[in-house]
Amino acid sequence: MIELKNINYSAVDKNDIIKDLSIVFPEKKITVITGANGSGKSTLVKIIMGILKPSSGEVWMNGKDITNFSITDRARNGLTMAFQQPVSFKGITVKKLIEIANGKSLSVGQVCEYLSKVGLCAKDYVNRELSNKLSGGEMKRIELAVSLAKGGSVYLFDEPEAGIDLWSFDGLVGIFESLKDKTIIIVSHQQKILDIADNILLLGANGKYTFGTRDEIMSSIHRPRVCRALEDTHE
Amino acid sequence: MNKIDKELLEKIADLHSTPEGSYNIRKNGQSVGRKSNSDIEIITKKDKAGIDIIIRPGVKNKSVHIPVIITESGLTESVYNDFYVGENSDIVIVAGCGIHNPGKDKSEHDGIHSFHVGKNARVQYIERHYADGTDAEKVLSPTTEITLEDGAEMTLETAQLGGVTYAKRVTRAILKNDAKLIIHEKILTEFNQKAETHFNVELKGKNSSVQVISRSVAKNKSYQKFVSNVIGKNECFGHVECDAILLDRARVVSIPKIDAKCVDASLVHEAAIGKIAGDELIKLETLGLSQEDAEQVIIQGFLN
Ligand SMILES: Nc1ncnc2c1ncn2[C@@H]1O[C@H](COP(=O)(O)OP(=O)(O)O)[C@@H](O)[C@H]1O
Ligand SMILES: [Mg+2]
Repeated sequence: MIELKNINYSAVDKNDIIKDLSIVFPEKKITVITGANGSGKSTLVKIIMGILKPSSGEVWMNGKDITNFSITDRARNGLTMAFQQPVSFKGITVKKLIEIANGKSLSVGQVCEYLSKVGLCAKDYVNRELSNKLSGGEMKRIELAVSLAKGGSVYLFDEPEAGIDLWSFDGLVGIFESLKDKTIIIVSHQQKILDIADNILLLGANGKYTFGTRDEIMSSIHRPRVCRALEDTHE
Repeated sequence: MNKIDKELLEKIADLHSTPEGSYNIRKNGQSVGRKSNSDIEIITKKDKAGIDIIIRPGVKNKSVHIPVIITESGLTESVYNDFYVGENSDIVIVAGCGIHNPGKDKSEHDGIHSFHVGKNARVQYIERHYADGTDAEKVLSPTTEITLEDGAEMTLETAQLGGVTYAKRVTRAILKNDAKLIIHEKILTEFNQKAETHFNVELKGKNSSVQVISRSVAKNKSYQKFVSNVIGKNECFGHVECDAILLDRARVVSIPKIDAKCVDASLVHEAAIGKIAGDELIKLETLGLSQEDAEQVIIQGFLN
């Protein structure tokens, strides 16, 4: 469970990106954060992970105030994040990163298991360097595999579907469903992912937001594609 | 061989026992073990310190180890090793020097190596430098002169991963037709250490090529300087890549020079110096590593 209490965030020279946001991301539920580009979705998950500090407000995780926790401490307490833009490393292999995430050395077989879960033909990747020689889609899948290898009780996935067009969406949805007993927060625009949401947080311009169950949010929009309707939430 | 000797030999040459093939082990200014064979002959120089290493033409898949260790304080030496690599041979040469300085005086080994690599021969040359002991100076300054005849190929792997107070590496090479030189250099400096590298590569022959990849990490108040000069005198190809990670208050200076004296020369130099990338640190922290451990992982990977 993640609870945000009166979170404010404004970047330098910018209007408020997040304004007095208070919501609960419940356990055993999938909450999808959606909204137009630049509405602050990544900013919000980075605040939860501790990568960005809110100008004010509190972040609670499973009943614990983690507002002043470092990234490392949050990670060790079970918070796991898959980045929108995966990071490349010179000289670090896929296997090594999965081992770091998992906290111990693993056999090639064990590493392959994580890679196959995200639809990668594992043997081809184990010893590849996490450099820009991998394609964007490959990096995204490896990023997912790394977060699965890390494990945790709260998962933040920032646009996990980006670049994963070749791989069946069902596989991706299957991953989220396999984590059903955890707290899942997914940033996404995709209808298929909105479809599996229990709750939706819709971010608008200037820090405006709407939060509710999927049905509430979908019916308030009255349109099949949420992203199109986002302009309506702007003033 | 005592425990310190064995540790040094392991560090610089991966030697756990007597090497296979021919070898010469030099300790505190003297040869303490040598083996020549009909393929590779090692001869002591008469006029100065050092050896001639003669590799017969056509010798394939053989190796020669010539590690140097110094375990005395106050010992300074210049040693001349000349390699004559016969045509069409294919060999691995493992050199390297380890200093354990137990006292307060400077210990220094300057290896002056010359390579005469015959036509179509292939050489893999591995040189690792390491030092430990007291705070006294430990200096390792190798000079390497290389001539690659037509079609010869040489890979030079040098590494200095800590402990050396001062190093000045000078490498000069002349490449003839179709010759190919690959240089991989890894340097880690910390505390007040200084390391300088100078490459001067002359691409004389048609279709000759050089590739230099230098990766370095400078910590604390250490200083590194990288100077390279690639001169293209024919239809040739040169690529120099110098990447450095800076930590604390360290300094790295990179002075690249590429000089195309022929319209068909193609020369590239890439250099990047900077802090550890913030996003790399953050990613590793989100996997539960402390900032210090994350730095360690990134540096190890970078120098891998
Ligand atoms: N480091 C930054 N400095 C200034 N503005 C930023 C920075 N990062 C993001 N922004 C701005 O904050 C807003 C929200 O960005 P972001 O959270 O990445 O949006 P989203 O993920 O919803 O597309 C955008 O207007 C963006 O331009
Ligand atoms: Mg985003």
